[in-house]
Amino acid sequence: MESEGERFGPFGGRYVPETLISALDELAAAYEEAITDSTFREELDLLLRDYVGRPSPLYRASRLEAYVDGPPIFLKREDLNHTGAHKINNTIGQALLARRMGKRRIIAETGAGQHGVATATACALFDLECVVYMGEVDVERQALNVYRMELLGAEVRPVGSGTRTLKDATNEAIRDWVTNVETTHYIIGSVVGPSPFPRIVRDFQAVIGHEAREQMLARAGALPAAIVACVGGGSNAMGIFQAFREEEDVELIGVEAAGEGLNSGKHSATLSAGKPGVLHGAMSYLLQDGDGQVAPAHSISAGLDYPGVGPEHSYLKDIGRARYVSVSDEEALKAFHGLSDLEGIIPALESAHAIAYVLKIAPEYRERGPLLVCLSGRGDKDVTHVARVEGGARYLGT
Amino acid sequence: MPSISEKFAERRAEGRAILVPYMTSGFPSRSASVDVLTGLVEAGGDVLELGIPFSDPLADGPTIQDSTFRALEGGMTVEGTLEVLAEFRRLSDAPIVLFSYLNPLLRYGLEAFLADAEEAGAQGLLLTDVPTGADSEVEGAILDSALDLIRLVAPTTRPDRASSIAHQGQGFLYYISRTGVTGAREALAGDLEEEVRALREVVELPVAVGFGISTPEQAALVSGVADGVIVGSALIQALDRGGPDGAAAFLATLRLAMDLGVDGARTLLGS
Repeated sequence: MESEGERFGPFGGRYVPETLISALDELAAAYEEAITDSTFREELDLLLRDYVGRPSPLYRASRLEAYVDGPPIFLKREDLNHTGAHKINNTIGQALLARRMGKRRIIAETGAGQHGVATATACALFDLECVVYMGEVDVERQALNVYRMELLGAEVRPVGSGTRTLKDATNEAIRDWVTNVETTHYIIGSVVGPSPFPRIVRDFQAVIGHEAREQMLARAGALPAAIVACVGGGSNAMGIFQAFREEEDVELIGVEAAGEGLNSGKHSATLSAGKPGVLHGAMSYLLQDGDGQVAPAHSISAGLDYPGVGPEHSYLKDIGRARYVSVSDEEALKAFHGLSDLEGIIPALESAHAIAYVLKIAPEYRERGPLLVCLSGRGDKDVTHVARVEGGARYLGT
Repeated sequence: MPSISEKFAERRAEGRAILVPYMTSGFPSRSASVDVLTGLVEAGGDVLELGIPFSDPLADGPTIQDSTFRALEGGMTVEGTLEVLAEFRRLSDAPIVLFSYLNPLLRYGLEAFLADAEEAGAQGLLLTDVPTGADSEVEGAILDSALDLIRLVAPTTRPDRASSIAHQGQGFLYYISRTGVTGAREALAGDLEEEVRALREVVELPVAVGFGISTPEQAALVSGVADGVIVGSALIQALDRGGPDGAAAFLATLRLAMDLGVDGARTLLGS
């Protein structure tokens, strides 16, 4: 039977209730048809240019380089996209797909709120009904994004079960999809979930890497020695890695959230500290306890606060094509300040993890060649949270 | 000890449908679990589904989710569930289908789990997140074990796929009465009768219907078209409200309604 779906080595697949199998088949077929249809590609490219603002710039961070005494450091500026992160590359693509399938109702899950905002934006643009599931904890720490989604016409449904974060928002989105599958398309926000989602999201995000590759060759005359990107579910990382997969001299580095430390039990470093398992429709590395219960994740960054990871990352780890490291909340906060001070760029806390790792390794790369960093989002959404964490009550009007 | 198929055959010969109560292991507590299960058999449950609690029950609605979280808080585990089953088995020979998400079983070790579940006295296994064909290794191991692999068919399953699933099924075929998660509903899907009849025409396995059945009248209606009636969320609500006696009393009304038929049940209930 063909219900196995696509796998990346042993990872991926379709571990979902039977009710969803026909919808996944329909989606896979619609996607295959769309990507071979030149009008689909043209419409998507036009929107990416005129609406999202692509290509996003490649910026050489000279002051950062001088500060760390490192090689040339290039930032792929996904933070400059419309809505402030890479998430919109995927939501525009999937909204076009939903329209092709005749589905007028869209659901999504969100952690930091960036994917929720990007989905709400695409739904406003295409006049689709939009419901976004968000954990109660995240609703509180990302209140501004809740308002943005509502402003864009979406309904935000807070999720109070389990850990009340992204994991549970995803459970609730899947439950909605199982119930309303005939009228609804689920725009999943990362390279996670049952096949064909990991591939679809990767392909829509691959524009990051394709642009970066051309830009690197034009600007530096060389491919980067290493690419650094943060990994929660892993969509920005997979998007920037994709165009460099076959270039064996280009190191691919995914940076996970070590939270309060890998030994603290309060982290989101799934690939570094998890074991293979099944969550949200796919076999992948997973943070879990000895009884196979999913362990609560922690990160200062809501977008990385997820106990699972995209199955293709699990595969890249196991075959050794990419390596996965982690940085702590504290290191990420330092990088958040550092990039703001040195370059006048406030990074999203998620992306600050990638910057933090660059701060660590840059000197080692001085002789080896340029570093390419995916600056996946901007930090405007995080300033209130960081101010609160750092005790900056005077900024908060309280 | 009768197998699942024998139990269905026995009821069919009597002209009655099978009643399948679902219960989450460790709910409302570890110590109450065995009494709850034996009470359900006494109240007319034929084959029992025993749920292994999982932290992320994405196929379940609020009622079973809540029972799951409370069971986990009470310390219930895969091992603990097998202990409950083994204790139950000393008191009753009613067939048990273990109901689980895949991850806890993978962590336990699937081969070890299948062997231990058999030893504890299980007859079947249903995995909510392993649709037919999704994982040949997992499915193959279950098919090679002593446990029946219970397959599910949904209203969205295409007919050719449904027929293929049925041919690979064991014990009985679980028909999901409507798209959605588990949970009590006021009304059954309008085309349920037709769907179940169509399915029964192409399959030899008995067909049991679950998801949303919450009243004696619904149970009677479903037992008129299907070989079995599965009830979960409504039973857990009854247990939560009225304790083991309340759950048994609720199940007994379903049993009675199924045995009397729709008209009999209506008369009995005075509606």
